Amino acid sequence: MSASFSVVIPGSAAPDAPAPATPRHLPNRGGAVNPSADALRARFQGGILRVEVIWGETSVYVERLRLGEIVQWLHDDPSERYDYLSDVTAVEYRDPEQPIEVVWHLRSLPYRRFLRLKVELARDGKTPLEVPTVWSIYKGADWLERECYDMFGIRFVGHPDLRRILMWEQYREGFPLRKDFPLRGRFSRAEQLRQALAANPEARYSMEELTVAQAFEDLPEAMRKRLKGGERTGE
Amino acid sequence: MSTKRTVDVAIGTSGLDEQGRPRRAPLTVNEGGTVTTLEPPPALEDALELEGEHMLINLGPQHPATHGVLRLVLELDGETVVRCIPHIGYLHCGFEKIGEYRQYNQVIPWTDREDYLNSIGNNVAFALGAERLFGIEITPRCTVLRLIAMELSRIISHLVWLGTTCIDIGAFTPFLWAFEQRERVYELLERWVGARLTTSATRVGGMAADIPAGWMDQLQHFIKTFPKTVDEIDRVLTTNGIWVGRTVGLGVMSADEAVNYGLSGPMLRASGVAFDVRRDFPYLDYETYDFEVPVGTHGDVYDRYLVRMEELRQSTRILAQAAARLPDGPVDSDDHRVVLPPKSKAMSDMESMIHHFKQVMEGPRPPLGESYVAVESPKGEKGYYMVSDGTAKPVRWRIRPPSFVNLSAIGKMVEGHLLSDVIAINASIDIVMGEIDR
Repeated sequence: MSASFSVVIPGSAAPDAPAPATPRHLPNRGGAVNPSADALRARFQGGILRVEVIWGETSVYVERLRLGEIVQWLHDDPSERYDYLSDVTAVEYRDPEQPIEVVWHLRSLPYRRFLRLKVELARDGKTPLEVPTVWSIYKGADWLERECYDMFGIRFVGHPDLRRILMWEQYREGFPLRKDFPLRGRFSRAEQLRQALAANPEARYSMEELTVAQAFEDLPEAMRKRLKGGERTGE
Repeated sequence: MSTKRTVDVAIGTSGLDEQGRPRRAPLTVNEGGTVTTLEPPPALEDALELEGEHMLINLGPQHPATHGVLRLVLELDGETVVRCIPHIGYLHCGFEKIGEYRQYNQVIPWTDREDYLNSIGNNVAFALGAERLFGIEITPRCTVLRLIAMELSRIISHLVWLGTTCIDIGAFTPFLWAFEQRERVYELLERWVGARLTTSATRVGGMAADIPAGWMDQLQHFIKTFPKTVDEIDRVLTTNGIWVGRTVGLGVMSADEAVNYGLSGPMLRASGVAFDVRRDFPYLDYETYDFEVPVGTHGDVYDRYLVRMEELRQSTRILAQAAARLPDGPVDSDDHRVVLPPKSKAMSDMESMIHHFKQVMEGPRPPLGESYVAVESPKGEKGYYMVSDGTAKPVRWRIRPPSFVNLSAIGKMVEGHLLSDVIAINASIDIVMGEIDR
């Protein structure tokens, strides 16, 4: 009794897209460049800093402040149609001189293309750890950007709700995936345990949740007292 | 584009209302088996509007239906969800941080433990990513073995999803049937790699072990007998009035929304987008296998169920083809940078011993570079992004977790639904908190 499926394909590959195959014998550097890289260069010129092809994957380094319009164009242009955001993450190298990179992995489902965008944040003490958000273009960026902020401290300007996501809101040790963060944390095991137990995140509602639900008055007396005393505090 | 359901919605419910949700009206079965439905009771015209009476409740983090430690703060208007704020991170283990302090082969056991229902699939995905970073080509036998591993792991994960979702929605029998079959797959894995859940089956450049003698016969037996169980579960659930009534029209995501929210896997395909990494960005020679990518039309919980059921059948098909074409030959690549010399040589030959020592103690070093390899895990697009600075340990090891991104849309999906439907919608996402929190 196998159910029959009527296949509707609004977002997937166009009929004339080339049939994909498992990549083999990729060169370390060079090789076929994603055609979108040339289109980006022609369109944004100075906004595109450089293009690298590593193991067959095209990375485009773009200027920090122009990222928003570049991604918007990639999303909207009918010959690009990068409609799918795979991932947002960051890379910090072991060499403290090297810039922190913020990485976006984009897919164009209609054309079966894969593109990596990168923004370099120089460690010169002048460049802020800030990049524009792509949340207004891809709703899927919401949690990905929050995680990147949580782990690296990179602020996504324009994100509507940039809070910690994996660590609890009261977490004060810093940003765990930064290279200056020791593997075992900054404090002793005992102190970390004490803080984690004291955090008791289930007992709290964030301010946002309370204002949304107007439920503050319904909370138990003891809890209201605690919250009023500022105990809830995220930031 | 046909919008007719594959199953007539009138079974179990009295059709859909204007919002596309099933009406919950009583049914009467007439003689001869025809079903008539009573009209749902009319809404009270002078129903009191209780403004400001919204209630906040915590679902989880310790709740059997949240599949782990997920906490949903739900704002309820009566029984209807107005807003849902998910909280995650209770199972955060810092896998990505630990990976920066381990050699590539030492990371593989950590990949078992993130999406633990798909552990062998994660092993394969990580090995593929590391091999691209090293520039290694794997042998034809290894390719087919890994593909078998991935499809077996897809079957495990979908069976667990099916069983637990049945429990969440209130069916117990299919759970037992599904877990019985899952046990058979675990027995296959146990004979192959010696472990059931935490397989650590791959190495960079090959596999930890070749399959033992007689293993293929057991796999063939499984391939032959497994579809019967799928058909049985299909018969029990697909047209079951309670099942249909509790899944149809819930958590609808349109195709555009699904793509925009970055959903992947069955979640995306149920919305009508035929994107499958196996077909669109193939790896392991998936393009040479004959299989179909099932696609839903409505993007609701019921379609996700249908898509996963069909994927179970397609996985069996792929397994049969892979079993038929498994070539002889070596499993491990002959790339001396990553593959250990044979034990007999390491014990008798000085150069081999030194090589063995350096391999184990210092670890293989990939050239400068980075790679992002995505595979179609049972939950969706699982990507491993690795960056190398030329040392034996990755500078960055990033997991692109499919259920993390899928879960981020839960606020949108549960809005306007009943509290009891939150459970069904949450179950349909197929979350594994180990992967979401990492």
